[in-house]
Amino acid sequence: MADTTEILRMSGVDPRKCMRCGKCTATCPSYNEMDIPPHRFVYLVEQGRVETLLSCRTIWKCLSCFACVERCPRGVEPAKLIEALRLTKLRPQGGDHLQPAQLADIEDDDLPQQALVSALRKFSK
Amino acid sequence: MLTYSYYPGCTLRTKAKELDAYARASAAALGVELVELPEWQCCGGVYSSAGNEPVTKLAAVRALIAARDAGTPLVTVCSACYNVLAQVNHELRTNPAFAAKVAQYLELAAPYTGETEVLHLLQVLRDHVGFEAVRAAVKHPLTDRRIAPYYGCLLLRPGKVLQFDDPENPQTLEALLTALGATPVITAERNECCGGYRVVEDASFAGQRSDAIAASAADFGAELLITACPLCRYNLQKTGRLPVVYFTELLAEALGVKEAAQHG
Ligand code: SF4
Ligand code: SF4
Repeated sequence: MADTTEILRMSGVDPRKCMRCGKCTATCPSYNEMDIPPHRFVYLVEQGRVETLLSCRTIWKCLSCFACVERCPRGVEPAKLIEALRLTKLRPQGGDHLQPAQLADIEDDDLPQQALVSALRKFSK
Repeated sequence: MLTYSYYPGCTLRTKAKELDAYARASAAALGVELVELPEWQCCGGVYSSAGNEPVTKLAAVRALIAARDAGTPLVTVCSACYNVLAQVNHELRTNPAFAAKVAQYLELAAPYTGETEVLHLLQVLRDHVGFEAVRAAVKHPLTDRRIAPYYGCLLLRPGKVLQFDDPENPQTLEALLTALGATPVITAERNECCGGYRVVEDASFAGQRSDAIAASAADFGAELLITACPLCRYNLQKTGRLPVVYFTELLAEALGVKEAAQHG
């Protein structure tokens, strides 16, 4: 299992820069769906709570929209931490969040390929 | 004639054929030559910000190298392809360790370090052709049409890397619409996420996000939304609030090449 050092290296983020202003959470289009909103996510990484973050809902709810990255006054880049945790969760065997078979069930001829390849990249290994 | 290497991307070969056809027809009408790369693979749709993910980025690197070898900038018209190509290129330019790793994977004689210029077609129109020249080429101005630009995330962010436009107050699509004779309608949600790929897992969540965007455009009196992204278009269209088209379709219409593109 990855430790905090590995998460920090993967993401290139320094959570100690965070001043806990909450701006990332205020601008996050998905915060309502998250159990751990972005500002708290940053704090928990700083506290080394990797296990907690690996089992949280937030890693699947983040849209990678980068609004938090663009608007953080300290340049903390919360989405990069979420990405590092999501990948850490996905990489071990059996870590997939979405199986290709589930996609086959989607019956919508208009759905662009882009949606499928992006979802597979974000939700499976 | 301005000449560029062109990366269409997989969605433009299938569900978004019109985005591609109208782009090519409009480019030709404006004296822009888009030479499709002889070989290209899917960019993966999303860029991973993790520093140890070289393998998922190799398809983008191959396209970047092909453009360098052709001696031209690399142009794309899908927001997602643009985002991935530009971010991978930036990573190669700024991170020598990553460039070395990639060179190892691809067995390159020397590392590729981001020499290619990655451009969205909108940048070519704005910075190389110029919106004044676009205006001069318009045959059927879109007079009195109130149209809301929608940028979403992928064209704008991260702003520091892409440098496409001001991520909080973009002007490019607005200026294009003005050049085409239309009235741009600026809405608060034009740079907020449509729900993106999460539609695959949770269509109702993406529906709520997109509805907020479409409702805001309708409230401001827009009759139409435009985008450069097939996934944004899909999500926004599902709301049923107002029609959503690619910016290339409007461009082709104004330039008088729309019909020809449909049959080309
Ligand atoms: S916006 Fe930046 S500084 Fe503010 S809480 Fe979020 S990560 Fe911390
Ligand atoms: S990137 Fe993720 S965490 Fe950041 S604002 Fe977007 S959805 Fe929220």
